[in-house]
Amino acid sequence: MRGLNAARGRMDTFIQQTLNGLVLGSMYSLIALGYTMVYGILNLINFAHGDVLTVGALTALSTILFLQAAFPDMPGWLVMLTGLLAAIPVCVVLSLVIERVAYRPLRNAPRLAPLITAIGVSIVIQTVAMLVWGRSYMTFPQLIPDAPVTYGEATITLTKLMVIGLSAAVMIGLMLLVNRTRLGRAMRATAENPRVAGLMGVNPNFVIAMTFAIGASLAALAGVMLAATYGVAHFYMGFLPGLKAFTAAVLGGIGNIPGAMLGGLLLGLIEALGAGYIGQLTGGVLGSHYQDIFAFLILVLVLIFRPSGLLGERVADRA
Amino acid sequence: MNQTLFKVAPLAIAAAVALAACGKKEEAAPKAEPAKAAAAPAAEVIKVGHVGPLTGGIAHLGKDNENGARLAVEEINAAGGIKVGDKTFKLELVAEDDKADPKEGTLAAQKIVDSGAVAIVGHLNSGTTIPASKIYADANMTQISPSATNPKYTEQGFKTAFRVVANDNQQGAVLANYAADTLKAKTIAIVDDRTAYGQGLADVVEKVAKEKGIKVVGREFTNDKATDFNAILTKIRGAKPDVIMYGGMDATAGPMAKQIKQLGIKATFLAGDGVCSPEFVKLAGDAAGILTCSMAGEAVEKLAKGAEFVDKYKKRFNQDVQIYSPYSYDAVYIIADAMKRAGKADRASITAAMPTTNYNGLTGTIAFDDKGDIKGGAISMFKVNNGKLEYVSTVR
Repeated sequence: MRGLNAARGRMDTFIQQTLNGLVLGSMYSLIALGYTMVYGILNLINFAHGDVLTVGALTALSTILFLQAAFPDMPGWLVMLTGLLAAIPVCVVLSLVIERVAYRPLRNAPRLAPLITAIGVSIVIQTVAMLVWGRSYMTFPQLIPDAPVTYGEATITLTKLMVIGLSAAVMIGLMLLVNRTRLGRAMRATAENPRVAGLMGVNPNFVIAMTFAIGASLAALAGVMLAATYGVAHFYMGFLPGLKAFTAAVLGGIGNIPGAMLGGLLLGLIEALGAGYIGQLTGGVLGSHYQDIFAFLILVLVLIFRPSGLLGERVADRA
Repeated sequence: MNQTLFKVAPLAIAAAVALAACGKKEEAAPKAEPAKAAAAPAAEVIKVGHVGPLTGGIAHLGKDNENGARLAVEEINAAGGIKVGDKTFKLELVAEDDKADPKEGTLAAQKIVDSGAVAIVGHLNSGTTIPASKIYADANMTQISPSATNPKYTEQGFKTAFRVVANDNQQGAVLANYAADTLKAKTIAIVDDRTAYGQGLADVVEKVAKEKGIKVVGREFTNDKATDFNAILTKIRGAKPDVIMYGGMDATAGPMAKQIKQLGIKATFLAGDGVCSPEFVKLAGDAAGILTCSMAGEAVEKLAKGAEFVDKYKKRFNQDVQIYSPYSYDAVYIIADAMKRAGKADRASITAAMPTTNYNGLTGTIAFDDKGDIKGGAISMFKVNNGKLEYVSTVR
């Protein structure tokens, strides 16, 4: 009986770690999509993407705090939704401005120039966010009831279930958009060859702007989810998840949309299970401080055997 | 970009505060003084440095330390300045940002040395204070940290390194003893953030806990920028500890406390001074109640002039005292005291006068031992109750 209980406990721990990984992975996937879509079309790594996420989360927070003060009786989910709906246009406009001001003039420049510009934009947004919202960590209010859903000892909060569900829905929607709509076709054509697409009547500037806008909306959503899940928001909250999501995009094959989803989920699972089991796997030699090493080791292995990522296709270098 | 913004920000804040205080005339007058002093000829001004993280996750604590030092400098200037030998000088605070990053810490230290400051209050983190101390030692410049608690800081043999709080050998022992004697813990899981402070404190707790017969059922690690601790906490949950001890800062401890509660772990959350702040209570929300923490020093409300300080601070900066501003405040007065006793305001004279310090300040009577540690430093225990940090006891 004791043995059975122990086995049950181990199983619960495993389920819990898998859930932890799925929540983390869903958020990485959403962010990774923004990187991968822009890369697919422009071959540009938009390092400012993580900071657009920050602005999204902080805008939502400000809106939520305002609504709570102005209409204390408003239900939590509605406040949250309004916060999100306020964050999306702000992020979209911000992203379009970045694209127009910082990236478009450099579109035909050597590839390093826009990369460095992207890093610069990231620092500028971080600094401006710090001046606008201050340096401190801010509490993101608990708008959705914190009641956990339990199975054995494994628990998951409603917020986290929402993160998984919403991410899945958004990703399906995005796949439909890219594969079934006119805009999607134009996007795929521009990714293939912007000049030829232009000759066929596609307006590449419009398609690129739309790509940035979609990426920014996903970033806003991910930002609100991150802040709601962990209950905090601060001016550089997007930086580290941005870096991780970029890694996820590379893992899945950058430029490939299903690849970003797969890469994100995998990275989340690897991180959670890695931190949970690396000690047992190595007989206690390596502890949880090696969890990042574990994740990056897998990334290196994947890239050795599949240089263009798990689902990436090897494409000939563009002239 | 970063640099210029930082120079503008404090000015903007000062302006805002000056505007806010306009209603009270006698208040506004001293506030104009420092600005005038800064513009006065260099010979009339003595520069004192301050370094702490002004950006990043614990910027609120860095700003708190800087505010404490600034309050002391402004008070000294408002009282007519400081008489050294037969001349009267004004003080000027030279503030730098080290981003809580060891590399940035040494850069900031070099800037302070190059600025011509005669002594420095800082840094905040042990991880930045220790590498920076070499640079100050080479410049023969007195360094008083108001908050770095890692024992190594004063064990390097530098005659310029001082601190006005008890170190982690003492704090870690108090925490472990508290777990064993008051919380009656049989098992403990220990997490640290891999910084000089967090790891150092956690190691001492682990050692003393084992000596006291508490079983260490988990030793996990995270980093000082993480927000997701579900993986390590899930692992800890499997070991069912009575106490989870965290060596780290409030910015990470807040979300960690929330996740402990969400995972349904029933353990007391024990932590050191880095977590013992109003900021933690805010960030942890309704999970804050699980915290018991220590502060390397006497509790502000237990200090004779504590309430007065809290009021002055609130009035001047329009925010609450976080943790260590009373100590950075005292550190400036100790430097001023050393200058007065030396009768000279150069680096070597201040350093020579420091070991004989016997100063009765806000945080108590301050004197240093041979290494530069404070003599008879206090450790206070706190507990979160009804959303407020509540004083429990003091151990000396």
